Parts: sequence; C-alpha cells; structure tokens
Amino acid sequence: MFGLSDITWIIIFGALATYATRIGGHLVLSRFERIPRRVSAALDAVPAAVLTTLVAPAAVSNGPAEAITLALAAAAALRFNLIVVLLIGAAAIISLRAAGLG
Amino acid sequence: MFLKFDAEFRQGMRDSVPIVLGAAPFGLLFGALAVEYGMDIGQAVLMSATLYAGASQMVGIDLFGTSVAPWIIVLSIFAVNFRHILYSASLGPKIAHFTVAQKTIAFFALIDPQFAESERRHERGYRISFNWYMGISIPIYTAWVAEAALGGYFGRLIKDPYAFGLDFMLPVYFLVLVMGFRRRRNWLPVVAVSGVASVAAYFTIGSPWHISIGAVAGVLLAALIAGDDPLPEAVEADPEHV
Repeated sequence: MFGLSDITWIIIFGALATYATRIGGHLVLSRFERIPRRVSAALDAVPAAVLTTLVAPAAVSNGPAEAITLALAAAAALRFNLIVVLLIGAAAIISLRAAGLG
Repeated sequence: MFLKFDAEFRQGMRDSVPIVLGAAPFGLLFGALAVEYGMDIGQAVLMSATLYAGASQMVGIDLFGTSVAPWIIVLSIFAVNFRHILYSASLGPKIAHFTVAQKTIAFFALIDPQFAESERRHERGYRISFNWYMGISIPIYTAWVAEAALGGYFGRLIKDPYAFGLDFMLPVYFLVLVMGFRRRRNWLPVVAVSGVASVAAYFTIGSPWHISIGAVAGVLLAALIAGDDPLPEAVEADPEHV
C-alpha cells in the first residue's frame, strides 16, 4: 500500500499503539475511581510475560553456547545493570561459539 | 505552547544529562541491531523517532522478518508499552495546567525516565512546567533518534555478526528486562508459567503462537492469584532506560 514496505507499516501502527498507551491512561484510566486488583495485577504482569516468551524458546531451541550464555546473563542480572550484563553476554557468546559450542 | 529558554528549561536540560548518557549505548545498540535484522537506516530512525520506546523497538526488530504476523508484532509492541497507561493516568493531574497542544506533545514524550523525573519533581513540591518538561525531553529525544542513525551506520560495518554474537544480543537484553521486574508481585510464577507455556507452544503449535499463548498464560495466572481487595499503590517507573 502506498509503496511502503511491511516493516514501515508495522512501525507506523506500532507508533500509534505506543502513543495510545501514553495518552490513554490520561483519557481513559483516570475516569475510574480505582482499578480492580485483579486487573491491576494482570496489567502489572504483561511486560514480564511477553518478554519471557521471547527468551524461553531462544534458551532451549539453540545450542549449548546460547543456553549457557542466557544462564550466565540471568545470574549476572542479579548484580549488574543492563549494559554490563550485555557485555558479559557478548563475551560469553563470542567465546563459547569460538570454542565450537554454537 | 511557546518554549522559552528560561531557568526552568535549563534545569530540565541539566536533569536530562544522566538520562542521555545512560540511554546512549542502547540507542546505538538499537541502530546496529536494526540493520543487522534487515532494516535500513531510515526505518531504524523512523522507529526511534515515532515509537521512542527502547524495549518495544527491540521487540519489533526481533519479530520483523519472522513468520510472526504484522498485527501480532504491533500487539506485542503495544503490550510491552502497556504500562505507560499507568504513567499517563498518574501524570495527567500534575500537568492539568498544560494547554491541549502541550499535553499532546508531553504524553508522546512520556517514557520511563521522563515519568520518573516528573514524579520526583512533583514529590519535591515543584510545579511541573512545560519548559522544564521539554528541557528534559528534547535532549533525550534528539540523542535517541541520532543514535539510531549512528548505530545503524556502525552496524553496517560489522562483517560477521554471528561471530560477534550480535544475533543473540536481543534474547540477553529481554532476559535482563525480565529480571528487572523480579520485585513485582508474583513475578516468579508469572515468568515460570509464561516460559513453560511459550516453550510448549513453540514445539507443538509452532512459532509465532508461542508469543501470544505464553503471554496470555502468564497474565491470566497473575489475575487468578491476585486477591480481590483493592490495594492502593503508587505507580513506580520501570528500571528501564528509554
């Protein structure tokens, strides 16, 4: 459509969806006196649940290098911030693959 | 509507410095990975400029070029950003004095650190002025968009992304975000159920259904094990950068 690629369309709709979350609370949620606890608990769980589905299959469907890297990263995340863990993860995957475990 | 380069704006700019520095590696990483995953630099820049939300941008590039249907990708982006609804509801009354045009812009810029800084300023008893708000958000936004281009440019120079492990940085990134939520109520059961359900769906029904099935399983579990009594709670910003 209009000569735009699929990726560009996904970006445009993704941007609209994101803007909806940023203005939606003000326009919609603020009309409720309080949010039922089950709804609030479900909303709270959304990001962790979605992101987990992007990690778990990657942990079990690749080789040992990838599985070990994720295990190391999970442990490192208890101590270090995101950028440090990414560096640890990069070092792990590079050396494990170089060692032939990929 | 008119921005003034006044003391408020300059205070906002000073408050933005640590955020700009902290977000820079991720802005660059996004650009590099976007190119690695088959986007061109223009698309990477467009994505940073219009979504302006680090984690969901990474989710987007992870799913582009897979068998995942476009509407599922948009839904995943929406889901990862869903928490902004709470930020928005909390910020609204504090910027009630903005004009409609100012609010329209302000809510676009409502990313995690912008929310955290706004809440902090409000806590300290300051009025949140439009000039202060834009003083924070303009440098963060400008840097974020520029980093997508710069990261994309450097990403194109990397000849063997597999040897550098670039293709595996996204799962590591998502894992750290998941770990960052670990102090939320019922985190472990939600993550365990989402993980098991997504892996089971991945090997039976197949990709892309593992995303929706795993996510729905975890969210349903969270609703099931939550009690019914209302709990007054303050919204806290997620420990994420942009």
